[in-house]
Amino acid sequence: MFDSLTSRLGDIFAGLKRRGALSEADVDTALRQVRVALLEADVALPVVKDLFAAIREEAVGQQVLRSVTPGQMVVKIVHDHLVRVLGGDPAAAKQPAAAGGAINLAGVPPVAVLMVGLQGSGKTTTCAKLGLKLKRRDKKKVLMASLDVRRPAAQQQLALLGEQADVPTLSVVLGEQPLAIAKRAMLTARQEGADVLILDTAGRLHIDSELMAEAAAIAEAVRPTETLLVADALTGQDAVKLATEFNDKIGITGIVLTRVDGDARGGAALSMRAVSGQPIKLMGTGEKLDALEDFDAGRVAGRILGQGDVVGLVEKAAEIIEGEDAEKMAAKMVKGKFTLNDMAEQLKQLRKMGDVKGFLGMLPGFGKIKSQIADANVDSKNIARQEAIILSMTARERSNPKVLNGSRRRRIASGSGTSVQEVNRLLKSYRQVATMMKKIGRKGGAAPPPGMMPPLSPMR
Amino acid sequence: MSDTDKKKWLGRLRHGLSKSSAKFKDGIGGIFDKRQLDGALVEELEDFLISADLGVATAARLAQSLADTRFNREITPAEVRQALADEIAAILAPVARAFAVDKAHKPHVVLVCGVNGGGKTTTIGKLAKQFRGAGHTVMLAAADTFRAAAIEQLQAWGERADCPVVAGATGADAAGLAYDALLRAQAENTDVLMIDTAGRLHNRADLMAELRKIVQVVKKLDATAPHDRLLVMDATIGQNAHAQVEVFRDMVDITGLVMTKLDGTAKGGVVVALAEKFALPVLAIGVGEGIDDMRAFDAQAFARSLMGLED
Repeated sequence: MFDSLTSRLGDIFAGLKRRGALSEADVDTALRQVRVALLEADVALPVVKDLFAAIREEAVGQQVLRSVTPGQMVVKIVHDHLVRVLGGDPAAAKQPAAAGGAINLAGVPPVAVLMVGLQGSGKTTTCAKLGLKLKRRDKKKVLMASLDVRRPAAQQQLALLGEQADVPTLSVVLGEQPLAIAKRAMLTARQEGADVLILDTAGRLHIDSELMAEAAAIAEAVRPTETLLVADALTGQDAVKLATEFNDKIGITGIVLTRVDGDARGGAALSMRAVSGQPIKLMGTGEKLDALEDFDAGRVAGRILGQGDVVGLVEKAAEIIEGEDAEKMAAKMVKGKFTLNDMAEQLKQLRKMGDVKGFLGMLPGFGKIKSQIADANVDSKNIARQEAIILSMTARERSNPKVLNGSRRRRIASGSGTSVQEVNRLLKSYRQVATMMKKIGRKGGAAPPPGMMPPLSPMR
Repeated sequence: MSDTDKKKWLGRLRHGLSKSSAKFKDGIGGIFDKRQLDGALVEELEDFLISADLGVATAARLAQSLADTRFNREITPAEVRQALADEIAAILAPVARAFAVDKAHKPHVVLVCGVNGGGKTTTIGKLAKQFRGAGHTVMLAAADTFRAAAIEQLQAWGERADCPVVAGATGADAAGLAYDALLRAQAENTDVLMIDTAGRLHNRADLMAELRKIVQVVKKLDATAPHDRLLVMDATIGQNAHAQVEVFRDMVDITGLVMTKLDGTAKGGVVVALAEKFALPVLAIGVGEGIDDMRAFDAQAFARSLMGLED
């Protein structure tokens, strides 16, 4: 739905010859587009304004690097700035966990981690994910307890998730009030020698003073080392209000961004980070219990700008594609050599992912292609048919599609149970992808300034 | 709706919205106090509409339409509010439609879907109560077989609303469960069957296909079912709502939207943009956690409250 910002800027700057330094006019023209991009990505307006004052100052007068357009240069400056605001280091390819990833567990055990947030933001699921992570990665003994006595079956939900994650949960006593549950949980955690106590709370509106006071009282009683605001990546302009209020009234120490596996651009992350001053520590990236990752500022900044989530793409691909294959594929992409065999291989991998549109959305420069693909109604079945077409070709045809005359195409169509039109369509989309790969390959060499696009190479 | 009922819900809506429109109101008051409407002010007005999640395009159009008629004239904050409220109400009026149970269908099947955490199960509980209050027999189908304790949550609502809940085991086939529920609803001559589904992100093709399967399976028993396909989203949502509506509409041909959690500070302003773009009816709004906190969507009241105007 959104074209890539760079391509939009590319259009604006198309007529411009490269100049030595960015003029005020260049920067203003580019920033007008960037503003729209950020607002469409749900970055809150006051945050956009604050950012722009700083970015403008930084950008005017900057030398445009060779082989880079003024538009790309501005986007790079904005990108780096966003990464810094999000708490990362734009020079690092992958942001270190210390920038906000690590959960603070320092203290006399058991230490408490309190989860707060609006209704439906994903607190209960995040509790279980965090419990599993601390147990697995940090070898901590974890106890979880639900203080949500409002939503029907909320306590049961945490108990069931605890079973799935093999993390114990506090037994439920009917009618017990949240503060009492919190105290009993702390006592139980101490008796059972737990390292960490994770407390799930009821979803509450930040304007509900009674419930906010209740959360503050719970925090007062258990003295958590972390009070994490769980917020949804789909959140709009309200993110500012929400983060401010939770921070002022309860005092948060960090933010967990959920539903990052959706296709929302996640500007709320930037808003919440900017207004609360608290780091985003973790992000939820799927429905499975192990889908909780350390926050990666570079990755989210790229997404907010509509630059494609290259790191996310690489990681997702690497999960499915064997490491070696992935490296070969990356090398081919960079060289611009992309055959029908590679396409068949990719189709196979894509089919495993079950999520073509989301996957392509992560690729830089795929904005337009994405909408074409949506029009072409690409789904797993369709992919299987395309795969069948390629598999019905001879080795020679696959490596050199130019030999595919009418009679060969007819043979392939009947061999794959499709039609000549479908064969033609496949070849057309192959040519498009091959061209795209060549472009990316060329860019992958010198064009993108450092930090603008995370490198493709660390694939494993 | 009787007059007192209407008063009551307007009050409640305003109670929620007044918190959200407070800042909005101040903003407009702040910029427009005894000022001339010029280009810079139009831009600022646009900014305030953007802050209400109306989106860049809709905000620009609304601000521009105000400029078209009032440019270079002195304008008071009250006039701005009134003009914008009228404009917004005009956009929303065609999509404000009360949910109607069609007695011709036995049962009237309602499929409820949306992304995770939007408030599907709660919405079903509240609607069930309303339908029961209107004298309909209601059955609920717990086809969210994925999320832990989703079934128990729906069962709790079923008890509150006094209607049977058809449920299987967690992990069971959602489409199969919906089929069984419809079979039972038909046998018991139930008026309304509401099918709760698992939350799903619209960019998960596999999960969307699963949703479509529920529709196809239900059609085997009643080719006209499900008669309503509701998309539930909460008021905090930003511009991703466009993508959500688009994909859910393409997959299951959404017949109406439900916007929940309007009792917070989130303005749900994206509804205005959605109305312009998709023209899908907004069938109900959620204004609280209680079983009675569900209302029909009233364009005029919504627009006026959004702009901080009293009746």
